[in-house]
Parts: sequence; structure tokens; C-alpha cells
Amino acid sequence: METNLYWGQFKRSFAIVKKNVRIYYSKGPVIIFGLLVPFFLFLSFYIGRNMPAEALVPGLLGMTAFFTATSVGPAIVPWEARARTLERLISSPISIWTIFLGDVLSSFFFGALVSVFPVIFGLFIGVRIADPLILGLGIVLATFCFACFSILLSAYPPTDSPASVMMLSSMIKFPLVFISGIFIPIEELPAWGKTISSISPLTYFTDLARYSIQGNSHYPIELDLIVLAAFAIIFLVTAIKIHERTMQKRL
Amino acid sequence: MNTENAVEVSNLTKHFGEIVAVDHISFQVKKGELFGFLGPNAAGKTTTIRMLTGVIKPDEGTASILSYDILREGLKTKQLMGIVPEMANAYVDLSAWNNLMLIGELYGVPKRQRQERASKLLKEFGLYERRKNLVKGFSRGMKQKLLLCMALINEPQILFLDEPTSGLDVESQRLIKDMIREFNKNGKTVFLTTHNMEEANQLCDRIAIINHGKIATIDSPERLRLRSSGLQSIEVSFDRAVRVDELSKVHGVKEAKKTGDKIRLYVDEPGVVLDKLVDFARSKRVKIISINTLGPTLEDVFLKLVKES
Repeated sequence: METNLYWGQFKRSFAIVKKNVRIYYSKGPVIIFGLLVPFFLFLSFYIGRNMPAEALVPGLLGMTAFFTATSVGPAIVPWEARARTLERLISSPISIWTIFLGDVLSSFFFGALVSVFPVIFGLFIGVRIADPLILGLGIVLATFCFACFSILLSAYPPTDSPASVMMLSSMIKFPLVFISGIFIPIEELPAWGKTISSISPLTYFTDLARYSIQGNSHYPIELDLIVLAAFAIIFLVTAIKIHERTMQKRL
Repeated sequence: MNTENAVEVSNLTKHFGEIVAVDHISFQVKKGELFGFLGPNAAGKTTTIRMLTGVIKPDEGTASILSYDILREGLKTKQLMGIVPEMANAYVDLSAWNNLMLIGELYGVPKRQRQERASKLLKEFGLYERRKNLVKGFSRGMKQKLLLCMALINEPQILFLDEPTSGLDVESQRLIKDMIREFNKNGKTVFLTTHNMEEANQLCDRIAIINHGKIATIDSPERLRLRSSGLQSIEVSFDRAVRVDELSKVHGVKEAKKTGDKIRLYVDEPGVVLDKLVDFARSKRVKIISINTLGPTLEDVFLKLVKES
């Protein structure tokens, strides 16, 4: 009976996924802030610098996975609270976990799908992937982790203003990019920089991507995978617990 | 818990800050009943329906829908409901069809069944030709019809409607009322909030009148009228204008009101006042063109009870 209940709720979370894909992933701000801004930010950093392609692709992959998987997640709940469709979801026979699992899965699918493009780009410019299995596993784990992070960004304060949440999430997301070994490899950071970078989940994915492409990593890859999984669980549970507490204020 | 009842509410209370929106209300709705929740604006109707449908949590009290507790067995309760909220909340960036598919999927309706039901409902409500259009291009009436389709896609046992015909044209109102009657005819329960007395009178088996968060009374529309014998009235018109304040001084008249070209006199004993009115007409040298004795309307009863509460 309980298994049926959980399986039924899991299946219903895919209705949320389909809804999100149809509504949110074609919106202009998503394309601009999720894809174009990070892409041009990346290009502006690398153009004119004499870097091997093997050093360029892991950073581009890290940026793409992080920004695409977190592009829509923070704005969905405020958007729906304002349109009163959140009330529609809450009055349906689905739990808050089902709603947010759907939001996480849609961000995950979008992030994982778009992350394939930097890999293809890398192959096109002659980059050899040393460990495709670890790269694939890393992309899946990292985009899921970032998708969980995206719903945490909208958990507090319980606002119905998507613009406010997007601004707040940008204030958190952009600094994370600079401390995560994307532009400057972790080995080249000072000791305090290394300590700060260790609190960012993006650090561990960038490290995995460097290992998969360049064959060397700062942390053991087992640690990278475990930390990404741990971050995903912590983000997911924390976000849903906060949303459960604040949901009544949004309705 | 009585299994004859579709809704059982006991001491349900909701505060918003210092305001008591719903104040310890208790009532039951029988299975198969069409129950009206009638009250002026801000009386607590929408707050009550939002608590019963699991949108907001009550501060005190309990409620069960078809024997399931709304707090402890929320998912089971919601599975049996169809809901038409006060504010249209279909996804405007989705088509009518995709809205129905989404809701059907959220209620666990298998794909083939939800496609069949969606086609049938959209045809019944005259929206089938527009099924592929985004809802953002729909009129208010079309959105309301779509909300009703969305509420019926899971074939609910109980339908909650919050002001379903508010602001609609006459044709849309009639269609929605017919659909509500049709749903109820199949032995299913309807819980309807409205501030429209005529609508409650036309549709409901029983009515609860709520004001300032408290229930003033619960009864059938006809019995509510009979209970208010003190609200009988005489409607009279004269061949020339007559001052209302002079008529209000006629013996037996409690209150006089101008209603169009007629004057309505609220009385306890119409027979006694009729004689006095004839005397009044003679003394003022005016002719009585028409005179009718009227029982209280539901509106009269409603206003009286709201005033008393």
C-alpha cells in the first residue's frame, strides 16, 4: 500500500516535469540567464588567453551544467504563487515532495541535456575524453545536485516575485562560479581559497570534469562523487523542509 | 463519524493575524446533497472552502470529507474532490487540452481515460474547438468553463465550487448551473459558496448563512423563508406620487421602501394593513393601481439574518 503510494506520487511528479518543460523552459529570461549570460561570461574570460582546449572544456562544462540546471528552479514557485497555480497544485492529491521532485527533475533533465553540448564541442575541437564513464556519471550527479540547489534558492524568503528570487540567486550563483576552480584551477588557489572552494558543489564537478578530460584531479574522484551526492541530499531535504514550513505564507 | 455525511466540520477556526476569518463553525453535509454556503463579501466563505480543500490549514477544529480527515488523510481526501476556486487558476501558458491532461495526470487518471474524458467535457462545455489554444486568450467565461472541466476530469465524488458563476454572462451562468445540477443528479455531493441568493435558491437543497466567520443558520431555502414570517410585505402602486415617509406612518407598517414605481411595505399582518392602505388612499385622494401581498424573499431572510448575526 505504502509502496503504491510512493510509486504513484513519483509518477505524478512527471506531470510536473512535463508542465515545467512546456511552460518555463521556453521563456526568454531562462534562455538569456541560463544559457547566454554564462556562455558569454566564459568566452570573455578565455578569449585571448593561450590555453589548451583540454583546460577550456572542463570549465565550460562546469559553467553550462551549473547555470542551466539552476536557471528555472528558483523562479517556478514564485511564478506559480503569483499566478495562483500553486494553489491548484496544493489542492491536488500530490504531496509537497511530489511538486518539488518534479521541479528538480525538470531542472535536472534540462541541465543534463544542455551539458552534452560542451562535450560535443570539445570532441569537435579535438579534445579526447580520458574517462567517459566518470564524465557521464559526473554530469548526471552534478546536474541533479545543482537542480536540488535551485529549489533551495527559492525556499526563503517566501516571496511571489520571480525577479527578486532571480536577483538573489544570481548573487549566490556568480560568486560560486569564481571560487569553484572554473577560471582558476584549485591547485593554483591560496590555502584560504582552497578552503572556500571546498564548500561549493561546483568545485567537485569541475574537478571530476578535469579528471575525465585531462586525467588529473585535485581531490580523489571517489570523494568528488560522494560529496556531490551528499550535497544533493542535503539541498533536497533542506529545501523541501523549508518549503513545507513556508508554503502557507505563499497561499 | 456518520457515514451518511459527505462533509463533517467541527469547530473549524482560522485566524489571519488578529482577524478571525472563520470562528468555530460546525456543520454537516449529507452525501448527495447540494449544499450552499451563502454570505456577504469577507464573511469567511472562501477561507472555509480553502480549508476543506486542503489549501490552508485550520488553526482549530476538525473536518472530514467522505470519512477522511482533511489533515491526517489529505491525499485521500483530495483524490475524491473536484475544485473550482474563486480565482481562475488554470495555466495560461498551456492550452486547454494540456491543462486537462496535467490535472488528469496529477489525479492519477490513466492516459486513455483522461483523453476520453477531456474530449467529452470540452465538447459539453463548448470548448472542444479551442482545445489547442493557450488559455491566456480565453474570455472569463471560457476560463470558468475550463476550470469546471478540470474539476470534473477525475470524476470526483464531491465538487467544491467557490462563486462559480460570479461575473459571467447569463448563458455561461445557465450552462454552469445545469452542469452542477447534472453532477448532483448522479448522487454526488456539491458544496457551493455564493453571495447570490437567487443562485442558492435555484440550486441548493440546504443553505448555511455565514457572516463574520460565524454560521447564522442552516436550513432549506423554503424553510428559511417560512421561518421569517415577520418579513411579509405589501407591494403597492398609486396613480400619483406618494411620499414614502407618509406611508411608513400607516398603522401596522414597520418599514416602507421605494422599489421602482412601486412602494414596498414590510408588515406583520398584511390583512390589517390592507384596510388602512385603502383609508390612506382615500384621505390623500390617490387611486391604488395595483396591490400585492408578498412572502419574504430569500434576500430578505439573508439580510435579516446577517443583520442579526
